[in-house]
Amino acid sequence: MEPVLSLRNILKRFGGLTAVKHVNLDIFPGEVVGLVGDNGAGKSTLIKCVSGVYHPDEGEIQFMGQTMAFSKPIDARRVGIETIYQDLALAPNLNISANIFMGREAKRRYFGGLIKTLDEEKMLSESRRVIDSLDIRLPNFGAQIDKLSGGQRQAVAIARAVYWNARLMIMDEPTNNLGVPEQRKVLDLIRKLRESGVPVILISHTLPDVFAVTDRIVVMHRGHKVAEKQTAQTDSQTVVEYMVGARSDVRAD
Amino acid sequence: MALESQTDVSTLTATQQSVRAQRHVLLTLSRVWAWVFLIALIVFFSLSVSITSEGDVNFLTLRNSQNILIAITPVLLMGLGQTFVIIAGGIDLSVGWVMGLSSVISALLARDLVARGIDPTPAIFLAFAGGIAASGMVGLINGLIIARLKVPPFIVTLGVSFIVRGVALLFSGGQTVAGLPTQLRDFGNESLLYWVGGGANQLHFLRRPEVTGEQLRALDRILGWPVVITAIVVAIAIFLLHKTQFGRHTYAIGGNKEAALRAGVPVDRHTILLYVMSAVTAGIAGLLHSARFSGGSPTAGDPLLLGSIAAVVIGGVSLFGGVGQISGTVIGALIIAVLQTGLVMLGVEAFWQFIVVGSVVILAVLIDQSRDLIIGRAES
Repeated sequence: MEPVLSLRNILKRFGGLTAVKHVNLDIFPGEVVGLVGDNGAGKSTLIKCVSGVYHPDEGEIQFMGQTMAFSKPIDARRVGIETIYQDLALAPNLNISANIFMGREAKRRYFGGLIKTLDEEKMLSESRRVIDSLDIRLPNFGAQIDKLSGGQRQAVAIARAVYWNARLMIMDEPTNNLGVPEQRKVLDLIRKLRESGVPVILISHTLPDVFAVTDRIVVMHRGHKVAEKQTAQTDSQTVVEYMVGARSDVRAD
Repeated sequence: MALESQTDVSTLTATQQSVRAQRHVLLTLSRVWAWVFLIALIVFFSLSVSITSEGDVNFLTLRNSQNILIAITPVLLMGLGQTFVIIAGGIDLSVGWVMGLSSVISALLARDLVARGIDPTPAIFLAFAGGIAASGMVGLINGLIIARLKVPPFIVTLGVSFIVRGVALLFSGGQTVAGLPTQLRDFGNESLLYWVGGGANQLHFLRRPEVTGEQLRALDRILGWPVVITAIVVAIAIFLLHKTQFGRHTYAIGGNKEAALRAGVPVDRHTILLYVMSAVTAGIAGLLHSARFSGGSPTAGDPLLLGSIAAVVIGGVSLFGGVGQISGTVIGALIIAVLQTGLVMLGVEAFWQFIVVGSVVILAVLIDQSRDLIIGRAES
């Protein structure tokens, strides 16, 4: 099977500091990969190279078999790499459908396109469709985002990515600041994405979540990828040892 | 899986339901309070003015209503652009002097073009275009510095306000620009409809009836041109803010600028456009001032700036951005004008107006804040 995303020898420097050191990583369709590591291990930097926030100094990013060179996050989103950030990137004062369509609003045209108005009906029905397809239940669909709970907001962010045909989903600490029932619901959503064939890279400090939902776990330590394990064939004790640098599958510099 | 609300209506006790009903009433009241307050003010002044004057003077007359509408036009026009800017999380302190600049530039152009032998009507059009262009330039400068150089809007528009003040005073020599064509004055003072009262009871459309003497005193102008122009700008503003992508992006930027940027909203370009719009609506107010008073006054807008921001705030626009409506700003401007006119008619010393308006501004924000308390936030 061809990988959806293939990272070859990625290296990223910030002045004298090398945050990511020669990392190779393949992500296959319908796979959930956990990316773990201590603070400063380089996982966020690596992910920001994929989502177009940073440009790697060395190495190659291949997406759907093509070499990519992103200069802005919007470039990555155009090819279908959606990143769901911790702060969710939703406007709290707008409702669900306005958020799903933010920046790409559906419009009605009048007088040959001279006057364009928002097509609220279309945005509402499309939003409902995608929310239903993910089995998300929201009590009041017209509500503003700031009236929703953390888990519901997370669900809206995921629904937005799905609606805009995400072909790779990157989730940065999606269960942070959520109550236990809501954490479980977000993990269910990740499984749902896997069923639909969308691969997910999950960045998390919460190892039980990582073990609950991933197929594979990649561990980073001081910029290196120090381990890549099938989730079923490892345990959290081992992963922690890799995370703190007590074990490594690569030789240190 | 389901992300369901934790409360189910059927399991609520009777007390919980009555609390809900009370909350609902409070919430509705807090949303429409400005309308209720405006109507209450009108009723109060109608009664108190006719009682204190023993029936000789009435508040609720055709003439008085038209005076109020004319009086709010500059404040409302400045408030309209300001509403967009504040919803997007900014502020524009330069509009007062932009109005003055527009008034001066349009008056100078009208006077000098006519003096050079150009017909008054095209000269007035060119003068208006010049006033708008000068205002738009100021807005462009505001927007560029705010969006591209990332200087806080408060600082930029404060600085630009001083600069524009200097420019307007330099152009006018610190005086009112006089000697304007009479057609300009007619435009500022004539109206869409005319009512001849005093027994004649005739309604005239567009053309002022030829009346003299006693009948002239019974002539009422309904919907003066400044009011008509302002109404058109209000309609455009409502359409833009509430029906178009432009409006949606304005709310998105005010709600979460970073999110808007990541979602592909052209935040910088939008910000620049907002300050141009704000300056242009102030510029229109300047043109109307030149027309109404047949003179270009550099200081025309300065005393109105804070009143226009007060109207926006009374209308429920949050200075934190993301929240507000055009209708709110219209009501805010009406509340201020009704208060001022009513107090004058009651014979209250004029200085009290400031004390009352200031109190209403604070009251309005208190009511808006209490709304958030009533609604509460979803538990996360």
